[in-house]
Amino acid sequence: MERLVIRGLHVAVEGQEILKGVDLEIGRGEVHALMGPNGSGKSTLGYAIMGHPAYEVTSGTIELVAADGTRRDVLAMEPDERARAGIFLAFQRPMAIPGVRLADFLRHSVTNVRNPDRKEGEELMPMREFRAELKAKMAELSMDPDFARRYVNDGFSGGEMKRAEILQLAMLRPGFAILDETDSGLDADAVRLASESIAKIGGAEMGILIITHHEQLLEHNVPLRTHVMLGGRIVESGGPELAAELHKKGYERIRAAYPDAAAAERAMEDAAGVAGRAVPAGAGA
Amino acid sequence: MTAATLPNRSPAPSVAFGAEALDAILAASPAPAWASDLRRAACARLTGLGLPDRRDENWMRTDLRLFKPAAWGPSRSPDAGAAVEEGLLAEAILSGELVDTADGSGQRVAGRLAGRFTSLDGHVMREELDASLAAQGVVFGSAERVLAERADVLKAHWFSLIDSSKDWFAALHAAFHAASVVLYVPPRVRIADPLHVVAGLTDGGVDTSHVLVVLGEGAEATVLTETAGGGAAGSTGGFHCGGTEIVVGENAFLRMVNLQNWNTGVWHVARQRAVVRANGRLQWTLGALGSRLSQVAQDVALVGRGADAQVNGVMFTEGRQQLVFNTSQHHEAAACRSDLLYKGALQDRSRLVWRGMIKVDKAAQKTDGYQRNDNLMLSKTARADSIPGLEIEADDVRCTHGATSGRVDGQQVFYAQARGLTADEAARLVVAGFFQQVFDRITIAPVREALARAIGRRIRRIS
Repeated sequence: MERLVIRGLHVAVEGQEILKGVDLEIGRGEVHALMGPNGSGKSTLGYAIMGHPAYEVTSGTIELVAADGTRRDVLAMEPDERARAGIFLAFQRPMAIPGVRLADFLRHSVTNVRNPDRKEGEELMPMREFRAELKAKMAELSMDPDFARRYVNDGFSGGEMKRAEILQLAMLRPGFAILDETDSGLDADAVRLASESIAKIGGAEMGILIITHHEQLLEHNVPLRTHVMLGGRIVESGGPELAAELHKKGYERIRAAYPDAAAAERAMEDAAGVAGRAVPAGAGA
Repeated sequence: MTAATLPNRSPAPSVAFGAEALDAILAASPAPAWASDLRRAACARLTGLGLPDRRDENWMRTDLRLFKPAAWGPSRSPDAGAAVEEGLLAEAILSGELVDTADGSGQRVAGRLAGRFTSLDGHVMREELDASLAAQGVVFGSAERVLAERADVLKAHWFSLIDSSKDWFAALHAAFHAASVVLYVPPRVRIADPLHVVAGLTDGGVDTSHVLVVLGEGAEATVLTETAGGGAAGSTGGFHCGGTEIVVGENAFLRMVNLQNWNTGVWHVARQRAVVRANGRLQWTLGALGSRLSQVAQDVALVGRGADAQVNGVMFTEGRQQLVFNTSQHHEAAACRSDLLYKGALQDRSRLVWRGMIKVDKAAQKTDGYQRNDNLMLSKTARADSIPGLEIEADDVRCTHGATSGRVDGQQVFYAQARGLTADEAARLVVAGFFQQVFDRITIAPVREALARAIGRRIRRIS
């Protein structure tokens, strides 16, 4: 089974180091949870895996390792090549693309991801086939078909944006999905719906990294491993009970147990306070 | 219709614009005396007029320093005939959308067109009108021919709307217009299919065509004009000095589209003016992709109660192109609506200028006027100027304007890339989305598709 393998990852944004040596390994079919206080570097990890140009990998590796041991260097790929290699990031704050219908955007996206060798300008997936599949997926996710006619994230509510991200996840069926706070800004019912949807979409073929502050999203997606990030490092990993503990009791025990990481967290907060927001606009924390 | 060829293009014309040249043209013209008299009067003014003054607000942002009037003369016979015309037709961006080429025999067949008029270097190459429309009294074709036949309905309108004494270009056009086309639709006649007008230029050619469209009361029509050819930047180029006059009768509805797609060596100067009478409707779309320099006046006058004009502009500039648009929405009567939306995308070192004016007369109460210009900068070296203006004398009106200028957002591109689109595809999509808002207003599908395709082809990597 293919694995996404991250080793010793250091990432800087505008010269400031955010990730200070992250090791993480996710196999297809596995669900992992990534928790941690605000500013600990969770979203940075997601952007770095996807290849956001503002997130500079200063050292470490990200590789896709096939069952036969064949390795593909993710860091050498453009973001779109990563998507075509089967990596997906559900954005915490997705971007609006006014004037472009969600259905048209997705048709482009699905065509490219399913035909990684497609050259620009070559035929898109046949309209009829695409529409049928989109309609079926939207029905499965209890979404109004009119939703796909709206412009991508343009004037969407927070909840609608997250639903649109889940729809894209369902259509693209990536090998590895990073869900960056897909529950933020949603009420309890919406989180439950999102949790159920993700469980429906996932399966033996998909590795999922759920970045969250809460355990509700994990209700239908019980993680094999829960990782805690603090000060730009994964300091502790455990089972589902760890997520429950962090949700109930917060991060005080973790900070006390890992004073170096806690110090790094404080230093990053101070630097961010001096420099203003250290991360690019729209990129999340 | 083609005569002897002139294989060599020299920088100076063999014949200059002047009385002698005009006399030769008029001697061979079948046009009525009253039309020839208008030309002679314009020609007499021509010698006394210089190029427009850069102190004139409409011209101050137009750089004419490299335009040499003496380099141009009356249009000569085209270098080549039908073959060149066929090539230009293929190049015309609307043709592909309008003409079915798959009729089984591989022959080019006209599909869904009510009429067609093509010209090359100021010479009429082809004029066609659906016979059933001709039988209903529709007049469409070469001005030389139809002005004589239908002076009863055309004389009052011919050169009645644009001022031919303003400057050298205006007088030149009025004196030396050639391959001009007229459409007259009698009252209550509705033409469902579009009429297609293509003006072509060879390298170094001159086009001075005039377009007159008159819709009688309750009539309907769709007119698509486009330009193709001319020399590329660095060649002899070409020169278009054109004019358009539009009369939309009471309760009539005209959809007018002007696509300017000359090659990038062509100088393009056009005066265009429409009047819309009571409860008449005009949807007027300008698409501008080509030329070296364009100077376009697009004026709409709402002269009868309840008249409505929607004005759309789609501009894409690249290289060192410079496109200047002066628009006017003149509300002369009460309860009229005008709504202008110009959208431009600029690449390389190109420049786009829009200066708009909504003028509301004292009598024009209950006016609803709107103008907006959005520009998308695709390079750091492009430059756009938006200068909206309002002149309001009535007190019970709603007039608003807006202008924006922005860049393709790197975050949008990254988001699309994260979904498997290449950076170029992502940028193209963002630009397409930018234009969608104006495309949503254009109710003629082939025009939307042709423009979207032509713009898509032009976008390179965004810097």
